[in-house]
Amino acid sequence: MPEQAAPVLEVTSLRKEFGDLVAVDDVSFRVAEAGSVAIVGESGSGKTTIARMIVGLERPTGGSITACGHDRSRPARSRPDRRRRGREVQIVFQDPYTSLDPRQTAEEAIDEVLRLHHGWPADRRRARVAELTELVGLDERQARALPRALSGGQRQRVAIARALAAEPRILILDESVAALDVSIQAQVLNLLADIRDETGVSYILISHDLAVVRQLTEEVVVLHRGQVVERGPTPRVLDNPQEDYTKRLRASVPRPGWQPARRVRPGPTPQEGSP
Amino acid sequence: MNEPVNEPLLAVSGLTVRLDVSGAKRAVLRDVALTVRAGEALGLVGESGSGKSMTARAIDRLLPRGAEVDGTIRFDGRDVNTLAGADLRRYRNQVAMIFQDPRAHVNPVRRIGDYMTEALRTNLGVPAAEASRRASDMLSQVGIDGGARRLRQYPHELSGGMLQRVMIAAALLTEPRLLLADEPTTALDVTTQAEVMAILDELRHEFGLAMVFITHDLELAAAICDRTAVMYAGQIVEIRESAQLHDDPLHPYTAALAAARPDITRTAGRLRAIAGRPLSAFEAPPDQCAFAPRCGYAVDACREGLPEITELDGGLSRCVRARELRGKLGAPANA
Repeated sequence: MPEQAAPVLEVTSLRKEFGDLVAVDDVSFRVAEAGSVAIVGESGSGKTTIARMIVGLERPTGGSITACGHDRSRPARSRPDRRRRGREVQIVFQDPYTSLDPRQTAEEAIDEVLRLHHGWPADRRRARVAELTELVGLDERQARALPRALSGGQRQRVAIARALAAEPRILILDESVAALDVSIQAQVLNLLADIRDETGVSYILISHDLAVVRQLTEEVVVLHRGQVVERGPTPRVLDNPQEDYTKRLRASVPRPGWQPARRVRPGPTPQEGSP
Repeated sequence: MNEPVNEPLLAVSGLTVRLDVSGAKRAVLRDVALTVRAGEALGLVGESGSGKSMTARAIDRLLPRGAEVDGTIRFDGRDVNTLAGADLRRYRNQVAMIFQDPRAHVNPVRRIGDYMTEALRTNLGVPAAEASRRASDMLSQVGIDGGARRLRQYPHELSGGMLQRVMIAAALLTEPRLLLADEPTTALDVTTQAEVMAILDELRHEFGLAMVFITHDLELAAAICDRTAVMYAGQIVEIRESAQLHDDPLHPYTAALAAARPDITRTAGRLRAIAGRPLSAFEAPPDQCAFAPRCGYAVDACREGLPEITELDGGLSRCVRARELRGKLGAPANA
């Protein structure tokens, strides 16, 4: 992505306090048009809080969020404003078992979003529902099924199709593939890459899984205790991390010949090489 | 006991388990066979519904009511399925289990100390003060300082990683000979996972403890287990030395699983996804290879009968084409 391209999302000096706790502390980053940025960190790093502030589920204590040229660090004032925001940013959550309405079929869930955001007549919506279910690889039977009849991978496809129905410019993937089986995860990761190629949507991937980050993003922001500790092109940060925390994160990933490292040692350190 | 000295600590053979699934008995495990030697770590890898947790539950005699069990489980030469009463309690002191979600397996209104010392006090008759001392010592072994204070705390006062270390310490207190670890690090952050794995690995060697380590993560199993068994649809499809499993698998499913995982060192143009979804044992066709419908190497022979598990190059594979495919399955890089 060329540096001068106007970012589709810009987050500046973002801050969130919960009581005395500073969950997000002076975080800034940009997402280029059709770009893909990972926000990486462990539990408590603030990554999900950042996602929730961008979507509008939390209100920032300070700083600004600008998506498609519109400020969204304050709550929407009106219904049209709220709808516009919905067409700018959508989110897919981690758990496909709790993020869908159990009484709505996949088709109905997608149709609802189309009706709300585009106000199209029924036949146009029907055609678009068919396109979207096809795009995410759901067959006709699955499209007419209730969530309880679908597997986790299929539900996550419904959630992705539903998010895309609003035709957002930015899709936030909050650990969206973390709960999937390895063979299904690969299908969904391929699907996400195809969707970005076809639609030019930008991704913000919230993840603790560095292999998934490598596969899906061009840039990465590493968070630790609410602060950015390192950022840069994904290959550079993962192959050659500069900060201690990023190095530790990288070294914790199991691989052939991996020796898990123990930081906290019990009592006095045992003598090395004693018989 | 007078069994031969080279008998493995744990020997499971022909294990088939049927459970009530909507009124009918359906197989959740089919003909599972594995051995664990004293002090050895065996990985048990598979996707959801593959039967890996059910295998551990069968070994620890924790199957749901109404389960029909065929086949044998022998621990230290004794038939586990016939144990009852005091014998079963003694067995469970020798075979400890740790779970994925420590919070779901600890009573939230009882103190850590009560939880940790319960088995010592009630099953082994250790006096309370001595039990607390041992619990406190074990906490320091898993890297938790201030043992006496920790024993007075409640589970909600501890982080997930710390609580999992408490579970490990509690499991080790009865001096078990086998540890059944069911995804013990899946819910933990990666750096915490590394920490907990290091502790498990270290203490396992120190106490000469055997382990069955259940995970969906092939790389994690390969990194810490001597051998790894791969399960699919209630069956073991491959058992192999962990060091060889990733680069030189014997079964197409193992190869496909390794190839489907994104690689932290490179971006693949496309991941080699496995078409379809993993089958549960009771969905799998009973009279053909369960993986055949998703397998890139499947031929007619794969659909003409259930493949036997056979020995090959020091491992075991349940694939009729295993010999013919030798050397061709090694995880190719994603295109």
